[in-house]
Amino acid sequence: MMAYHSFLLEPISCHAWNKDRTQIALCPNNHEVHIYQKERSGWMKIHVLKEHNGQVTGIDWAPESNRIVTCGTDRNAYVWTLKGSMWKPTLVILRINRAARCVKWSPRENKFAVGSGSRLISICYFEQDNDWWVCKHIKKPIRSTVLSLDWHPNNVLLASGSCDFKCRIFSAYIKELEDKPAPTPWGSKMPFGEVMFESSGAGGWIHDVSFSASGNRVAWASHDSTVAIAEGGKTPVVASLYLETLPLLCLTFITENSLVAAGHDCYPALFVYDAERSTITFGGKLDVPKQSAQRGMTARERFQNLDKKATADNKEAVLESLHKNSISQILVLEGDKAKCTKFCTTGMDGGMAVWDVKTLESSMKDLKIV
Amino acid sequence: MAKNTLSSRFRKVDIDEFDENKFVDEQEEAAELQGPDGAEVESLLRQGDMMTAFHVALRNPPVNTKNAVVKERAQAIVLRVLTSFRSSEIETAVRSLDRNGVDLLMKYIYRGFEKPTENSSVILLQWHEKAFAVGGLGSIVRVLTARKTV
Repeated sequence: MMAYHSFLLEPISCHAWNKDRTQIALCPNNHEVHIYQKERSGWMKIHVLKEHNGQVTGIDWAPESNRIVTCGTDRNAYVWTLKGSMWKPTLVILRINRAARCVKWSPRENKFAVGSGSRLISICYFEQDNDWWVCKHIKKPIRSTVLSLDWHPNNVLLASGSCDFKCRIFSAYIKELEDKPAPTPWGSKMPFGEVMFESSGAGGWIHDVSFSASGNRVAWASHDSTVAIAEGGKTPVVASLYLETLPLLCLTFITENSLVAAGHDCYPALFVYDAERSTITFGGKLDVPKQSAQRGMTARERFQNLDKKATADNKEAVLESLHKNSISQILVLEGDKAKCTKFCTTGMDGGMAVWDVKTLESSMKDLKIV
Repeated sequence: MAKNTLSSRFRKVDIDEFDENKFVDEQEEAAELQGPDGAEVESLLRQGDMMTAFHVALRNPPVNTKNAVVKERAQAIVLRVLTSFRSSEIETAVRSLDRNGVDLLMKYIYRGFEKPTENSSVILLQWHEKAFAVGGLGSIVRVLTARKTV
């Protein structure tokens, strides 16, 4: 059900997959991007992309055009194209004066968005006449670093999560590239930079945002250990769940009603959205720990525990989850956000795990993915 | 000596106050909650009705105001109630709270830790244990990340 591969001893800063999932591009916590190819018996490093002068903070691999976009703390973004057997970079001037933090190709792959510490989002597209990538900025009303981005399926709306405690949906409509978009539950007029939705911003930094497959719902994970979902409409309805666990760092929809999220607790968890009641409920921990042999405790050990820790318990101080450190990124691997059959997590333990939804469902009773 | 070593008054200037990009929390127009009613809580305690005193003490938390006096007063009232409880009754009291109540209780508990008195820490630790059992690490995280504190 779970395949785990330990790539590094250091955190995997970010990763992305190619279209047929035979290659993975990841940043091994330095200025480079390494591309690994899936072999029969493991992973082989086939490319090393060296161009950034700072840590690579975001990678996205466009499935159809097979282009990779990377962004880093050196305030730059590069679009990489495969020429023969080499990946060639093209610099994109983002016009930012702080680190870039996240990057995402739009669904049609004709533009990409970069979130940065400059408190703005750069929307970049290729201008045929000048043979050059240009960018437009979305600045207002963002007041702090943009940590996460996700595109709506209509290629125009963009959800962003920021350190100013708000999740917002912006319009990233570029008239040179596309026709005016059809109305959506988030609104009908979508000029560039328009704020279509803004959350109330009472909690913590927004680590990750995700549109559902239809784009009618957006979910976000906040540093105050909450997860929330907003349903588009004349007045968007927001449901939120206060967790009993550590904050979540990443999340994605796997069906229109189900979210998988993971974070500092090192295991993915399922959350179920009930649109009728506007509630989110915890659906279960998607990690099956190995059954550790239960040792009996001597009376002496009991007293020692009582003396040192004020409790007679003997819970092992060993993490029972698959990932041994915080999970920082989660991606749909097989299927799509409407019906995901496999998803992938990477984390600060340098490992990558692939989770099979069907096997998870069958192995854990009470787990229902609606 | 050089002129700039004469006065060090410039060292007392808070440069962040002049930063035009300084993040300022949005001013919410929510009604200013002035903290729980001390007199009501006292009378309930005298009558021996701990549970009601507990619930009354957790009403109107002064989260929207920046007035230190109001916050001190609220903290004192809540601490008074928490210390009046018998250890065996703490768990029932915590269970009678909803999710927001547990988070609020945690906020008061940590506020109480800030200024320990004779016996307060012992009692607060017992309350903390019971509140943690219900609220989990998430409730503590929300104490740390709260922009509006009690």
